Formats: sequence, structure tokens, C-alpha cells
Amino acid sequence: MALKFRGVDFIEFDTLLTDDERLVRDTARRFIEDNLIPIIEECNRAGRFPRELVKPMADLGFFGASLKGYGCAGMSNVEYGLVTQELERGDSGVRSFVSVQSALVMYPIYAFGSDEQKQTWLPAMQKGEKLGCFGLTEPDFGSNPGGMRTRARKSGNEYVLNGEKMWITSGSIADVAVIWAKTEDAKDANDGSSIRGFLVETDRPGFRAEDIHGKWSLRASVTSSLSLQDVRIPASNLLPKSGGLKSPLMCLNQARYGIAWGAIGAAMACYDCALQYSLFRKQFHNEPIASRQLVQEKLAWMISEVTKAQLLVLQVGRLKDQEKVKHQHISMAKRNNVWMALECARMSRDILGANGVADEYPIFRHMANLESVKTYEGTHDIHTLIIGQSVTGIDAF
Amino acid sequence: MKILVCVKQVPQKDAPLKLNESGTWIREDVSYEVNEPDAFALEEALRQKEKHGGEVVAITAGPARAQQVLREALAKGADRAIHLEDPGFVGLDAFNTARAFAAAIKDEKFDLIFTGLQSDDYGFAQTGVILADLMGWPHATIIMQIEKSDGGIKVKRELEAGYFQFVEMPLPAVLTIQSGINKLRYATLIGIKQAKNKPLRKVTLAEVQSAIGANLQKIERMYIPQKTKKTEYLEGSPGEIAKKLVDKLRNEIRVL
Repeated sequence: MALKFRGVDFIEFDTLLTDDERLVRDTARRFIEDNLIPIIEECNRAGRFPRELVKPMADLGFFGASLKGYGCAGMSNVEYGLVTQELERGDSGVRSFVSVQSALVMYPIYAFGSDEQKQTWLPAMQKGEKLGCFGLTEPDFGSNPGGMRTRARKSGNEYVLNGEKMWITSGSIADVAVIWAKTEDAKDANDGSSIRGFLVETDRPGFRAEDIHGKWSLRASVTSSLSLQDVRIPASNLLPKSGGLKSPLMCLNQARYGIAWGAIGAAMACYDCALQYSLFRKQFHNEPIASRQLVQEKLAWMISEVTKAQLLVLQVGRLKDQEKVKHQHISMAKRNNVWMALECARMSRDILGANGVADEYPIFRHMANLESVKTYEGTHDIHTLIIGQSVTGIDAF
Repeated sequence: MKILVCVKQVPQKDAPLKLNESGTWIREDVSYEVNEPDAFALEEALRQKEKHGGEVVAITAGPARAQQVLREALAKGADRAIHLEDPGFVGLDAFNTARAFAAAIKDEKFDLIFTGLQSDDYGFAQTGVILADLMGWPHATIIMQIEKSDGGIKVKRELEAGYFQFVEMPLPAVLTIQSGINKLRYATLIGIKQAKNKPLRKVTLAEVQSAIGANLQKIERMYIPQKTKKTEYLEGSPGEIAKKLVDKLRNEIRVL
């Protein structure tokens, strides 16, 4: 029995949004309802990325939505966040794809790229004609990217790249990879200051992308490992304004911000499904399970946490629009909201009992997806340390 | 072609409704959306403009919240909008709404006026028809297709039982559009941004007050239908149940 999503708004949160923000949210919601919801369970089962949605999403302006110029929509950060919320209400994997295209590939080209690089890539990526991926994480360097082994050696008018990247969303479907590598002026293995970004066209000799199979999570998006063996790129492919570990972390900040909104979408999907289910599922004396205190406690917990998460991320979004946001604010929103969403998914699964395990309902898919979302773009624990560092002034990594 | 599209903001189709205190309408704290047939009317106007050029203007009557439907129309591609803005416009009957619209556009020259076939809340299906009469224009209802012809238009009307009627008519004219005539587009994010810079003219209740009068139609009472049927379980052994059943059928329902 498919339950139609009805939206979640306990404290008239919508009145905190402008007309345009609501229109953006409603448009994205309608698009996802019409186009993703009918196919997502099939995609998830088959481990298939719904590539057919790339063009329609591009037409609506979902890629690079918060960038200005190059055909991009120039959305505010709150509007962009509402789009990611609705995308992830559909599926975290599809939202991940959009986040990578927008925040991890278009953003660094926009922020660190030359005019020529921007002209070459941004309009085509906005239209969905070119897809991108972001290569920072390595097999041995996840939470500590500063230790990366990938190297870029200058050779005449070229750079030669060598290294391995792992857990790369969209790796094998990308036309261009933003590869982060240390240049030869790296002083030692832990020196992150020499990290630079490079645009690597994925058809260059020596570049290989292999999909990671057997994922229990994010099955509707592509996850790959990348191998670069003596990949030669023109020196003009260096992102000229990138410098040090700070550059990729700036990209991650963009993406983490979108995730903080996205997680609310997944939580809303689970909560609304559990609420509707609890009202029609009858047990004991032919009464709905929603009439029982243990079920009500779960629903009350979830709606409270979803509401708090909305307020948190809205404030972070407003700060971002005023250019006052700090990375620790985004860390708090990402950490709290993804945790909250995962707890909601687990609790909703409880309410649905055995029915929560099958993909007739979206809950288990969201739950499995959120396990990845809790880990990527800075694990829950790493964000704890970022907040800890911010309040104490002491690094505990 | 210059086309005016009448768009109404109505309560969301699947929103839970609560009656207001006087029991004459629903409470305001509900989610709203564009009336569905009006969305198809707007889409058709945009398609006609894409084919033949011209201008699409969206008009609505309602409180401040109703501006949302105009914003959506502008985001989808309407060129400008007219908002008859006052909470007083909510309770108008179809006659007065049509009179208010006619007054608000008296200085404009449209070739076509589209409305949705009917509204999802009141369901009168009258505003467009009355508006045509007030303008002195011809009209056609339940439109499924519009083609430009020499000096006018040819339209396809939906009749009952799968029948259609084709009508040739001169311009200007009023058409009430059936849902499903086309496939709705989404507002694009860039369209939403651009909508901010499109003109939106506001018309106060005072400006059109002289054109409207007392409502001729009034909702006396609104109520949630009462359950009138009750299931009664007959208990006992099969023999006793059969006996009670025969008794009821014979003496209460009197069908035996």
C-alpha cells in the first residue's frame, strides 16, 4: 500500500519562508513526487542510477542552483536547501548526485577556476550535458584527507597525476573529475598546504573508474573508485585559485549544508509514512496502533526532532545568505540533522513492524541510505570534534 | 494573442478541512494551491503564446496569500499579473467575482480570457460564463483543444459519453478549460527568480466596489455529513439469528 507524502509542518514553519522559497520547495516536491517516487524502489532494488532524470532536473535548474551566471538559477542558500530537502525526501542517492554535481564540482570550478574553465564546464554542467565527480577521499585517507598520497608532478606544460581515490559518487558516469592532489613541493606526508585541485577529463589515458558493488546503501547513485596512473593533463587544468586543504574543505562545507537540509527530507518521508501507517494499522480491540502511548511517544519524538532540525538549518541558511556562516555552524546542522533522520528512520521502522522491512514502504531504504549520509562529508564523530574544537579552542583530532 | 487567465487559490485537495465557527465555510489555517483546472488554463495560454506570440496575463481575487498563485503563474512564464487584493474577495459569488474582474480589466484589450472549467472549492463553473456575458463576448465551456483559424478560433468541447463538439467562434471570446487538455510544466528555478521582476498590478476592493453588489448566492450552512447507517450484529445460534433476521425483514424493513 503506497502512502502519499503529505508534507510535515508542526509549528507553521512555512510562515518563516518567503513566497518564493515555498514555491521552490513545492515545485521540487511536485517534481520528485511525479518523477522519482514512481521509480525509486525499482532503482534501489536494481542498484540503478535514474539517469533519465538528469535532463529534467537540469531543465528545472537543480544543478548549481545557488551559483550566479552561466545559466545557473542564482537561488539563495535557503532555496537551494529546500530543493535538497525535497530531493532527499525522494532518495538520498539522487540527492547525493545533485550535491556532487552542484556543490563538489560546479562550486570549485566557480570558486577556484579560471574564466576559461568556468566557460567550458559550468554551462554544460548546468544543462546536465556534462557530469562531474569529486576525488578527495582515498582508500587509506577518509577523515584525514590531509594525508593523501595522490601526487601531481609538473612536467613541462603538463601535470602528471598518480594516485587512488575511493568512495567517489558518480565516478564512472562523470565527464570530468575534480581531483585533489599534492604537488611536489609537499614537505612531508602530513603537509596539506600543497594540496591543489585539478580538472581531469575522464577519457584521459591512465584514468580508470570502477564501480563499487555490493552496497547496502545509496543504491540509486553510482559510487566508484578512481585510479590515476601517469594521467597527463595540461597545466591549464589546475584550478588556479585552489590552495591547501582549505579548498576542498570549502567545497565540503557547501555539500554538508545541503545534506543538513536533505536529511530532513528523509526524516519527513519516514515520519509521515509511520504516522499514516499507525492510523490505519489496527491491533488489539480493533483499534489503530496510533492510539497507544508507546507509538505516540515515538511520533512525538520524531515530530519534535524534525521541527528542531528545520529551525536549526533555517538559521544556518539565513546566516549563509548573509555571508556570516561559520563552518562549525554547518557541522552542527549536518551532525544533528543526519543523526535525527537516522533515528527517525529506525523508529519509523519499529512502528511499521515487519512491513517496515520490505520496500513496499520507503523507510528501510532511507534508513540504509542515511547510514552512508551519517558517514560521508565528515563523519558524525568528526563533526563532533569540529564543534568541540570551536567551543574549546583545542584540537582533538 | 493577448490572453488573460483567471487563476484561483483553493484549499489543497488532500488537506484536512475544518469548519469555521459560524459553520458557513472552512477555517483559514489550511494549505492552499492553484485550482487545478486553472493550472491547465494557464498552461494552455502559455502554449498558445509560444505558438502565436502575444502576452499572457494572470489575474486572481483574494487576500495577500493568493499572490502565491500569481507568483507561480509568472514563474511558469506569464508576462504580468493582476491581483484584486482583499480578504473580502474570498466570499464573493461567481457573479460578483466576474463583475470585479470585468471592472479591473476595463482598460485592457484581450483577445481571449481563459478560466478553469470550475473551482475545486465552490465548483460553481460560472465565473467564466458570466464574465463573457458582462464583456458582451461569446464563450465556450469544457474546452479540450484550441486552434487558431481565419479571423477566429476553432475549439473542441467535451460533451458527455465520449462525444465532442467542434465550434468555430470569433475573437474576443471566453473559454473555460477542462483539466487534462495538456501536460503541465513545472516552474523552473530560474523562472521563479525572474518572476520577481515581472509587473504585478494590485487592485483594491474600493476600486471595484461600485461594480459589485450584494451576493446573490449565499452559503447558509456547511456541515460534515452525518452517518445515517448503522450496522447491527445479530447474536445467538444460527437458528436464533435466522429467526431474528426473518422478524426484522418482516416487521421492521417489511420486505417479506
